[in-house]
Amino acid sequence: MCAKPVKKEPRQVETTGHQWDGIEELNNPLPRWWVWVFYATIVWGIGYTVAYPAWPLLTEATPGLLGASTRADVAAEIAAVDAANADIKAKLVATDLNAIQADADLAAFAERAGAAVFRTNCATCHGSGAAGFEGKGYPNLLDDDWLWGGTMEDIHLTITHGIRNTTDPDARYSQMPAFGTDGTLDEVQVAQVAEHVLALSGQEHDATVAAAGATLFVDTGCNGCHMDDGTGDRMLGAPNLTDAIWLYGGSREAIIQTVTFARFGVMPDWSKRLTEDEIRAVAFYVHGRGGGE
Amino acid sequence: MLDYLKLAGLGIVAVLAAIAANYARDLAYQVNALTVMLAAGIVFLWVLRTAGDARPNLQHEYFDDVVRAGAIATAFWGIVGFLVGVVIASQLAFPQLNFEFLQGFGNFGRLRPLHTSAVIFAFGGNALIMSSFYIVQRTSAARLFGGSLGWFVFWGWQLVIVLAATGYVLGATQGKEYAEPVWYVDILITAVWVAFLIAFMGTLFKRKEPHIYVANWFLLSMILTVAMLHLVNNAAIPVSIFGSAQVQLYSGVQDAMVQWWYGHNAVGFFLTAGFLGMMYYFVPKQVDRPIFSYKLSIIHFWALIFLYIWAGPHHLHYTALPDWASTLGMVFSVILWMPSWGGMINGLMTLSGAWDKLRTDPIIRMMVVSIGFYGMSTFEGPMMSIKAVNSLSHYTDWTIGHVHSGALGWNGMITFGVLYYLVPRLWNRERLYSLTLVSWHFWLATIGIVLYASSMWVTGIMEGLMWREVDANGYLVNAFADTVAAKFPMYVVRALGGGLFLTGALIMCWNLWMTVRAQPARATQHAAVPAE
Repeated sequence: MCAKPVKKEPRQVETTGHQWDGIEELNNPLPRWWVWVFYATIVWGIGYTVAYPAWPLLTEATPGLLGASTRADVAAEIAAVDAANADIKAKLVATDLNAIQADADLAAFAERAGAAVFRTNCATCHGSGAAGFEGKGYPNLLDDDWLWGGTMEDIHLTITHGIRNTTDPDARYSQMPAFGTDGTLDEVQVAQVAEHVLALSGQEHDATVAAAGATLFVDTGCNGCHMDDGTGDRMLGAPNLTDAIWLYGGSREAIIQTVTFARFGVMPDWSKRLTEDEIRAVAFYVHGRGGGE
Repeated sequence: MLDYLKLAGLGIVAVLAAIAANYARDLAYQVNALTVMLAAGIVFLWVLRTAGDARPNLQHEYFDDVVRAGAIATAFWGIVGFLVGVVIASQLAFPQLNFEFLQGFGNFGRLRPLHTSAVIFAFGGNALIMSSFYIVQRTSAARLFGGSLGWFVFWGWQLVIVLAATGYVLGATQGKEYAEPVWYVDILITAVWVAFLIAFMGTLFKRKEPHIYVANWFLLSMILTVAMLHLVNNAAIPVSIFGSAQVQLYSGVQDAMVQWWYGHNAVGFFLTAGFLGMMYYFVPKQVDRPIFSYKLSIIHFWALIFLYIWAGPHHLHYTALPDWASTLGMVFSVILWMPSWGGMINGLMTLSGAWDKLRTDPIIRMMVVSIGFYGMSTFEGPMMSIKAVNSLSHYTDWTIGHVHSGALGWNGMITFGVLYYLVPRLWNRERLYSLTLVSWHFWLATIGIVLYASSMWVTGIMEGLMWREVDANGYLVNAFADTVAAKFPMYVVRALGGGLFLTGALIMCWNLWMTVRAQPARATQHAAVPAE
């Protein structure tokens, strides 16, 4: 250990004279650019805290000379958009649902607003492209198969009140019994009914088993909702069993599952969360996806 | 006498853990209690078998056994952490990899904290403990303080890692990012960390050098600040003494602020100050040149630790956090830029007069690239803390890219350099098994990081722009799922980058293993003598 500064090659800068495990330290001055940039950031920092809300005091913080507020900025931006859209929104609410299409400006607005509402609220279940989730009970909104009707008014009503929720007394409501667990049908009978449903939908099936199922289909009252020919009833939200479109799957296993335990898909009553113009816009959007009637 | 006390203590711990396992309210708690019981049992047997043995007086020698164990643990947990990282990166690119049979323990949500904790606290933590013990002994010319306290720190830390990791996959978490371990693991962390502080400070107190070397300032600031952060952020009340659930002491925006005060300074003091301590010792040693500027090291040290602690609010721009806190977080972050770069300048300029070694020594190349990434991410960080930039970058993959250019580039590369430096010395080998393999590791890791960071910049900025895109009527154009779909190719590139980085680390392990196994020993003495 020597305390005397030592000249060190190659730059002839002094070391501090300390040494640890062979490590020495040169005593180079601070790089000028480093010092000046450091000072500049400090000066800028002080200036910034004068201009913007910054230093906490006893009851509130300094508001800053510019009076900036992120909450006020957001409120102003939202207010500006709302103001710009106010007229056309009012027009959307006042126009008959079926007359929207005829007004080009209004239709373009409803399409955009509906798309935004759909992506934010509906896409979670129905998919960002509105194709639903086959087999999981989320209906495809692109096809022309509708459980509760596909006219503009039907769609509007479904969105407003929802399906099988407990929060809106006007929600669309129907309930298939769980035939396999409530004692109505035993396992063999459930299989027979399922075989009949396979026959109805034109799939490969065992004709004798299906024949027994056809009797049960009537005796147990399946036809009460799904109709004798299995084409369903939109008034009751009873699905058409004769097409190849399935909410929970059309395989033998899936149908047995459905008949045994029943299904209970729900949809919120969006009137609690969306405004009338938003509901109309998204109804228009969904109607325009291809399946609208 | 001490042995009997230890045996009694360990026996009590094992019995209490067995009782706790019996009354456990949840599976994670039960598995953790059984792990503690097992650990206490093993240590009990070991103490029993060695009780009464004569202990040689080793005061004149460095305590390097624990450093060797630390080197092995660092490499091991590094591989584990990188591997889980590659797995979850692949799960993000290909969601099918969240297989049905993995649900509940091996899906992305469970593995993600496992990855972050494994790399930060298991890999990074072991690297820091190992380096601290090595550096403080060498620069104090004194054996590590506290007898076998170093072993308690090492094995206690491994137990913390195992408890936390098994807890995560079984669902025990506080839900606080980088502070996921539950209350009883937090208590164990506190005990281990205090022991770490005692061992480190004790060694400094009995140093034979008149001054404390700069590396030790950084390491000590790391140990002290992490202790404070840990205690404040983890303040919680357990729901049951036999369960892993707890209730945080803070709520709402206060909780968020405490969490990000912790989170940001975990980066600041664990991953920055601590690793700067490593750099300040190993870079001048490997390059064999003096540190560039003592003056700079003082100024940037104090500026860094003073400023870092205030920067946390920049994680909460445009949230429920009041504007004033947001402003201060941003201003302190920007002023932090130069103090951070002080470390980079001191590290890089230490090479003056020895730049030619970059051509011949891949370890120096690794350290230099590491310092380069340090400089890059400490510029990127302040930039991203600016509100206008943050409004685009926040919540996007840009943040992930930023974190990884720091974690893979700075923390990873410097740790690899340190392992290459330490292993031949700790095991008394003449040289590394293969410098060519070090070069391979260097290039694989560098290319991996570049792929990772650039893919995350692209997808992050794209995602941010898609989120804010509005149409003529002010409505958002994209659904969240649209951005997910658009990111797919970049996610594949990211997973590939991670794979390269992991491959490099595996090559390193092979190289280090062969160094210990196959290289001839060299004659050295390990006496703790003052430098001059």
